[in-house]
Amino acid sequence: MSKFISIESIARRYPKAGGGSTTIFEDLWFSMNRGEFSAIIGHSGCGKTTVLNILAGLELPDDGLTVVDGHAIEGPSLDRAVIFQSHALLPWRTVLGNVSYAVSSKWRDWSAEKVAAKAMTAIEKVGLKGSEMKKPAELSGGMKQRVGIARALSIDPKILLMDEPFSALDALTRGALQDEVRRICVETGQTAFMITHDVDEAIYLADKIVLMTNGPQAMIAEIVENPLPRDRRRVDLHRSPDYYPLRNHLIDFLVTRSKTFKDEMPEGYDKRHPPTVRPSADNPLTPGETRKVA
Amino acid sequence: MLTSLNARGALLSAVIFFVFMLAWHIGVQGKASVTQMDPEYARLMGMAATQGKSAMPGPLDVGAQIWKHLQEPFYDRGPNDKGVGIQLAYSLGRVLLGYALAVLVALPVGFLIGMSPLMNRALDPFIQVMKPISPLAWMPLALYTIKDSSISAIFVIFICSVWPMMINTAFGVSATRKEWLNVARTLEVRPLRKAFTIILPAAAPTILTGMRISIGIAWLVIVAAEMLVGGTGIGYFVWNEWNNLSITNVIVAILLIGLVGMALDQTLARVARAVTYPE
Repeated sequence: MSKFISIESIARRYPKAGGGSTTIFEDLWFSMNRGEFSAIIGHSGCGKTTVLNILAGLELPDDGLTVVDGHAIEGPSLDRAVIFQSHALLPWRTVLGNVSYAVSSKWRDWSAEKVAAKAMTAIEKVGLKGSEMKKPAELSGGMKQRVGIARALSIDPKILLMDEPFSALDALTRGALQDEVRRICVETGQTAFMITHDVDEAIYLADKIVLMTNGPQAMIAEIVENPLPRDRRRVDLHRSPDYYPLRNHLIDFLVTRSKTFKDEMPEGYDKRHPPTVRPSADNPLTPGETRKVA
Repeated sequence: MLTSLNARGALLSAVIFFVFMLAWHIGVQGKASVTQMDPEYARLMGMAATQGKSAMPGPLDVGAQIWKHLQEPFYDRGPNDKGVGIQLAYSLGRVLLGYALAVLVALPVGFLIGMSPLMNRALDPFIQVMKPISPLAWMPLALYTIKDSSISAIFVIFICSVWPMMINTAFGVSATRKEWLNVARTLEVRPLRKAFTIILPAAAPTILTGMRISIGIAWLVIVAAEMLVGGTGIGYFVWNEWNNLSITNVIVAILLIGLVGMALDQTLARVARAVTYPE
């Protein structure tokens, strides 16, 4: 069965100052099903953002291919919406103007009323009704990022790509926005791909967590399946018996295995099929151990 | 606090103005001694010598002269005697025409330079050489090739306004934030729409700064240019009144040049405020 999103053996290299080139990653394989939420975690410099930019079409891989819904990515597309870390709102446009800009870019022949109505639906979805005539400068950081989310959702994208969307926000706002994103994605079956540094954010939002080793020559070490129930709530995540085994596994990876994985590759490691693991209360994984799910 | 600061500022301005006027008034009071001389000779010497009156007009003379001009700003009694309003209109017309031509050239070329690193590199040496040339240095060449003094003046305005606008436009365009361009890319915005909906609003404050610098330079240059080409205009008026030894009119003209220059600058400042976006 062909996957909804398939990253096939992509590589990215940057020229080095003294000639030659640095390989950020090569022969990277990864795939996602429709309606799945994947998060990628790893240290700075491992190429997470590059992977996201390649999915967005903002960068092209030096080797390999990325296929979305049966079409190879050749450039940016309205099928894939990006939520930028810095929200990237146009400061001279109002909230409604920013969202309408996206809507009218996707549906070029729509009337102004139709565009505004569609934009308002997205604005209401993120809870910003009443602020639509404000300029971004009048909004708080959290509200700005809500506009960014509304803009991305307004074009009904096949995939939502998020580059550390909440990292610039304070903890309370971040939690509230995570709830919104979770609710919207679960309700609409939105396929989403997110970069994060925050282990708890990944546990709460993602169905699959991709662990990336340190760059250069970064690799996907494993794909961690989230054992927590689908109707999980952010406030009582930590009461789930599976929470700590999962969290410990992720932290262990970030603290030690992201560095040592290269030298201690598990037997039979195949870049094309990185091992999938599912740490849970019945199946707590000791650091370094990877058990394939049946 | 803000209003009180404004009020205090205005008060201080008024005080400075009053003190200056008083000093001026006292400074041009006549000398006490009047030399006795032959009446025939005295008539040649004028009032400065005969009545001890200073040759420099005082504020009251200038005020009276302004009042006279205000009552009849647009009279026309032959080539050397036109109302100051007509002269200002001629100068403004030349400035606005030359400036408009400069906008038409500078904005598209600036856009091109800002968007294309190749064009930036290719055109940079020309701009760097052309920019520091005094606009009046072009005048003989313009007069020789165009063979019309009025159009030559417009050309000089054009050539002095074009560089600051072009350089600022190029800078503003090239400094458009990458994230906004990425937004346009992910939304598959077509190039022309991107230019008008992302790059132009992003660069507008910088472009307007360039346009403000340009209009200031253009207004500075028109006075000098009109002194050279003659005929009409406020610059010609100043030179003509100097030849008439009417210092009062020269002072009136200086004041008017300042006021019109301020009005031009403030107009563009208002436009600049309208296109500035808070981040």
